[in-house]
Amino acid sequence: MASTLGPLLLSLQLAALTTLILILLGTPIAWWLSRTHSRLKPAIQAIVALPIVLPPTVMGFYLLIVLGPYGSIGRWWVEVTGDALTFSFTGLVIASCFYSLPFAVQPLQSAFDTLGTQEVEAARTLGASKLDAFFTIAVPLSVPGFLTATVLSFAHTLGEFGVVLMVGGNIPGETRVVSIAIYDHVESLDYASAHQMSIILVTFAFAVLLSMFLINRRLEGRSR
Amino acid sequence: MSRNISVRYELQRSAFSLDVDVEIPMRGITGVFGESGAGKTALLRCISGLEQGATGRLVIADDVWQDATKSRPVHDREIGYVFQEPRLFAHLNVRQNIEYGQRRGRREDVGFDEAVELLGLRYLLDRRVDTLSGGEAQRVAIARALLRSPRVVLMDEPIASLDRARRDEILPFLDRLHAALSIPVIYVSHSVEEVIRLCDYLLVMERGRIVASGDIQEVLLRADFPLLGGEEAGAIIHAKVVLHDAVDGLTKIAFDGLEMWVPGRYETGAPLRLRIRANDVSICREDPGTSTVLNVLPATIDSIRGDSESSELVQLALGSEHILARVTRRSRAQLDLRPGEQVLAQIKSVAVKNAPTAGR
Repeated sequence: MASTLGPLLLSLQLAALTTLILILLGTPIAWWLSRTHSRLKPAIQAIVALPIVLPPTVMGFYLLIVLGPYGSIGRWWVEVTGDALTFSFTGLVIASCFYSLPFAVQPLQSAFDTLGTQEVEAARTLGASKLDAFFTIAVPLSVPGFLTATVLSFAHTLGEFGVVLMVGGNIPGETRVVSIAIYDHVESLDYASAHQMSIILVTFAFAVLLSMFLINRRLEGRSR
Repeated sequence: MSRNISVRYELQRSAFSLDVDVEIPMRGITGVFGESGAGKTALLRCISGLEQGATGRLVIADDVWQDATKSRPVHDREIGYVFQEPRLFAHLNVRQNIEYGQRRGRREDVGFDEAVELLGLRYLLDRRVDTLSGGEAQRVAIARALLRSPRVVLMDEPIASLDRARRDEILPFLDRLHAALSIPVIYVSHSVEEVIRLCDYLLVMERGRIVASGDIQEVLLRADFPLLGGEEAGAIIHAKVVLHDAVDGLTKIAFDGLEMWVPGRYETGAPLRLRIRANDVSICREDPGTSTVLNVLPATIDSIRGDSESSELVQLALGSEHILARVTRRSRAQLDLRPGEQVLAQIKSVAVKNAPTAGR
């Protein structure tokens, strides 16, 4: 059972941390994309959306190079911390953030687009600074978008395989997440363990998505 | 100390440019009137600071809010902005909406209870905003803007998106605000009816420029703007109620020693604002004696000017008030009317715009 629980807990940890970082990072990006008239906007949008179309191995390959001890970020990290980024949990978190970025940014951006400028402008004329108006008006009115972004980032990170394999490898307790463990079990023809983990993952994913859609329906009903 | 709002703005857009330089009184309601696309909303957005890229100078009384070197950000300009749509915050209830600006204000010129009473919102305070009717929502938006304790209130066609019944429901509240508060209001509208009922001063805009400004009575007498000319050409006069004749349902009013009868019942002593259209006034040399027209008043011809191919507009002085009469060129020639002459004005119809004249 411990061999089941270990990868599962690691996956949950990875997904939770990645989601937290992505909401913090994705919110300003999504807000900027939603408000800007900059000529850079299409380019930034394309970059953010890249992980959706690229094979995870391609992303993983480049991340491996950049994060590796001879890569620009990897070398700096080794200098500062003494540890390598590749084949570590920290490296996995960074890689996941890139990999799941569109799943945080896109729902947020569409929520901010839907919100428009009217309420925020009204708040500004009522004495709210930009930041004040953002937190007291834009965020509460975009709760369904935040919910979708959280759930999708979380679920997508939970399900990642290719990037982890490339960047993280298969180190128990460090980078051996549930998707890798399942692959391992199948490779070694341990179908019972593979079944066990898979069914947990399927149930969990279904429960999470179901509750998201239920909550979103209630939120929509409230604002109507 | 200047008692004006001094507004000078330039704004370039691809299909539109705004170029205004005007003084607006720090009292009463100033109407900004013009057809859609004339730049009325752009002007309000410049004043509020919401219009990025507008250059100019804005001085409220003696406070410089914007000039070449600095520009106060939107949240530091003490304005109460009432938009065409209510723009209420859906996640807050009515009370929380109203308090949003109040919590962020530095002064408290208008109290919560005062605003709630003025706009009749007491019974709505705990309601969710999505349960309000269009008229109720706009009243909440007005209260919210007032509680910010603004130096000036900007209203952008606040009732244009409402149906007739809802409009009639809100107008009395605007009358009350006008009478009760000393905050100047800049009121954008393309409705002659609204402007005539509510405004003390008027700016007329055309294609991003201000083509006339001043006391509403003076501006209306010019009658040479689209929407304010033609059928709508007319004048406003102010009078007081003398007595009501219950038998005939008429009210006698007086202004400057002259008396008139108007239909309807009004309280004795109440100030009335009357609208007299140029088409409803005719001119005669001698008293016609018997006529169905109730109001025949002695008048002096101020001026005569061309109006159309066949008609002319004659401006008449009734005591210290002025009205317009539209006459055919032929009649004017036959009667040989000239400025300075004494004539009689027959007024066929008078509309009462029961706006309080307080604040003037």
